[in-house]
Amino acid sequence: MPSTEFPPRRARTGRSRGLRALGAGAAAVVLASGLAACGSDDGGVPVLNWYINPDSGGQAEIASRCTDAAEGRYTISTSVLPREASAQREQLVRRLAANDASIDIMSLDPPFIPEFAQAGFLAPVPDDVAQRVTEDVVDSAIAGSTWDDELVTVPFWANTQLLWYRTSVAEAAGLDMSQPVTWDQIVQAAQDQDVLIGVQGIRAEALTVWFNALIESAGGSIIAENSTDPEEIQLGLTSEAGVRAAEVMRDISNSGQVGPALSTANEDSTATGFESDQGGFMVNYPFVYPRGLAAVEAGTLDQATVDDYAATVYPRVDADTEAAPPYGGINLGVGAFSEHPELAYEATECITSTENQAYYFTSNGNPASDSTVYEDPEVLEAFPQAPVILESLELAAPRPQTPYYSEVSGGLQREYHPTASIDPEQTPQDATELIEAVLRKEQLL
Amino acid sequence: MSTTTLPPAGKRTEPVSAPDRHTSDRAKSERKLGWLLAGPALAVMLLVTAYPIAQAFYDSLFDYRLTDPENRSFTGLSNYLVILTDSLWWTAVGVTALITVVTVAVELVLGFALALVMNKALQAIRPVLRAAILIPYAVITVVSAFAWQFAFDINTGFVNSWFAWLPGVDTTTDWFGDFGTSLFVICLAEIWKTTPFISLLLLAGLAQVPEVLQEAAKVDGATWWQRMRRVTLPNMKAAIMVALLFRTLDAFRVFDSIFIMTAGANGTESVSFLAYRQTISRLEIGLGSAVSVLLFLFVVLIAFLFIKGFKVDLAQARGER
Repeated sequence: MPSTEFPPRRARTGRSRGLRALGAGAAAVVLASGLAACGSDDGGVPVLNWYINPDSGGQAEIASRCTDAAEGRYTISTSVLPREASAQREQLVRRLAANDASIDIMSLDPPFIPEFAQAGFLAPVPDDVAQRVTEDVVDSAIAGSTWDDELVTVPFWANTQLLWYRTSVAEAAGLDMSQPVTWDQIVQAAQDQDVLIGVQGIRAEALTVWFNALIESAGGSIIAENSTDPEEIQLGLTSEAGVRAAEVMRDISNSGQVGPALSTANEDSTATGFESDQGGFMVNYPFVYPRGLAAVEAGTLDQATVDDYAATVYPRVDADTEAAPPYGGINLGVGAFSEHPELAYEATECITSTENQAYYFTSNGNPASDSTVYEDPEVLEAFPQAPVILESLELAAPRPQTPYYSEVSGGLQREYHPTASIDPEQTPQDATELIEAVLRKEQLL
Repeated sequence: MSTTTLPPAGKRTEPVSAPDRHTSDRAKSERKLGWLLAGPALAVMLLVTAYPIAQAFYDSLFDYRLTDPENRSFTGLSNYLVILTDSLWWTAVGVTALITVVTVAVELVLGFALALVMNKALQAIRPVLRAAILIPYAVITVVSAFAWQFAFDINTGFVNSWFAWLPGVDTTTDWFGDFGTSLFVICLAEIWKTTPFISLLLLAGLAQVPEVLQEAAKVDGATWWQRMRRVTLPNMKAAIMVALLFRTLDAFRVFDSIFIMTAGANGTESVSFLAYRQTISRLEIGLGSAVSVLLFLFVVLIAFLFIKGFKVDLAQARGER
């Protein structure tokens, strides 16, 4: 278990506030005319701006429902952020660094929450709200919403990767999928049946997600000793678990069953491979199931193929060590410079209500962080894999929680990509040296 | 009988400019008007170019992270030392130079060919032809990069199936999986996008070649190639050099195509991409500003080499002399 010691978060100085206010004032003058038509307090009803990640319209619908439920105390307006989580973070950080008061609620990817919290970009969660929004919530989602032993965001939806497989392939390979399976077994079965193993080897966040699941499943962590001082962060890549994770990654990549484009494979392209005739096994998020159903409806996929889909918990690295599947999703942060933080927190409670999480799960395919949602018959009907998702979420491990996540993840991707070229003896050492040098600001990334 | 003597050719009498102290009121007034007319534009230029450059240089002297402004500290030139001793920087410089040389060279040849076609095209189809050739330049670079990425993508692209007859290409070719193939597609996208720009500049140069010289060469029995080498190209030198200068400056700042197609994977990072990653992704404003300043110095060096080394005369290219 990584040990953590954190100094108190910084308060912003008057000087920097003054400079920012000056900058914000200048920007306001320029933007005033353009934004005049979008005033936030028309008719005296505060408008809460909720910056959402792109989805299938679910968050906009929830915003509308919560506006109705507020009965005139506030209205929620949504603005869509860029598609990639890293780009969402870049946009929000730049605006918050300029004390943007128009950001009331933010849909945040969990790995970036420590950075926002440490920088003082999040309004503190009131104790009573913290207590209510964590009731019945899965542990991984609470961990992903926490920084410095304090809940800093409101858990919304919690994503996790499952091991998807074709029932016919597993049966033919003689795999008992009711029992935990290892990566070695998957590789063996895929080679026997000459089918694809879908993994994400692209130089992007997906690679960090995969590697983190492997090292956590092997009993280690990317960050062994955490700290808010970047020079004090100790990495665990060269540990026994780190080397084992590198070995597994290399062996899967060189198994001959990962398709011709592993080094550019992301979640979508692996789903495409799984839908093909060569599909066999794949680690991926639950969206692949509604995606398959949609393809059947569009006439591009046989119903029999989707009927052959099944899912279980993420593969183990070693047979006797439980898997630590990836954890993702979205948590809600309230902007530190919001003019309506109390109302914003009230709104987050509405957004994350059990009913809205169930709606979001069934309509948009994004699993709930509220465990009671998984007992809803409608959810179980829409997602037969719901119990497995809940089981996976209970086992899931967050990615490294550090304000310097971009450096850690970026350094990791640079050294471990392409995964087929990983040298388990050398790559962890190289990655450690690079990331530590980057954290000391002695090297470019 | 009277005789008329013409002044010797080439020795025209020039009005002697009066010393400053004798500047007439009218000249003073014209100079003042000139400043009044150009002043606002100069002020705007200083505001939008000189100020950000100066700010970037100032920031580059600090250890400054956007999320940690309180701990900003002056570090002198240490950011530059970090960059210049990092192999990643020199790799990026090499990749940027390679992209610049390849794309500008191909664009020059292709652009010249297109300019010739436009110049010789029938009057009736000339406007349509020019518009058609300009279309790629009108496309936003990000959109163009996405289009080329989708075309070459192993899952969504058509290139693999259309060109499977070529050696080395089949349905399993992952264009974005290797350095060489990634760079090939990036260069292709850049060439497609900016060749129209260079061809337009060259077309303007072609129009400046006096027809009388072409006809004289024809009368003397010069072949097409001889006329091209001895008449057309020498008379277009200024236009060619300006086209090369503008495109080289532009190509050295390549970013969009790399950002969309590979995000810097397989060693395809350019200098601009490094600046983006340090400043926007890492939020290291000091380090990123230093990369940007170095990129700026490279661009200044290129401009200096062209203008002083190759004697590019921007005024002549615009037909002012």
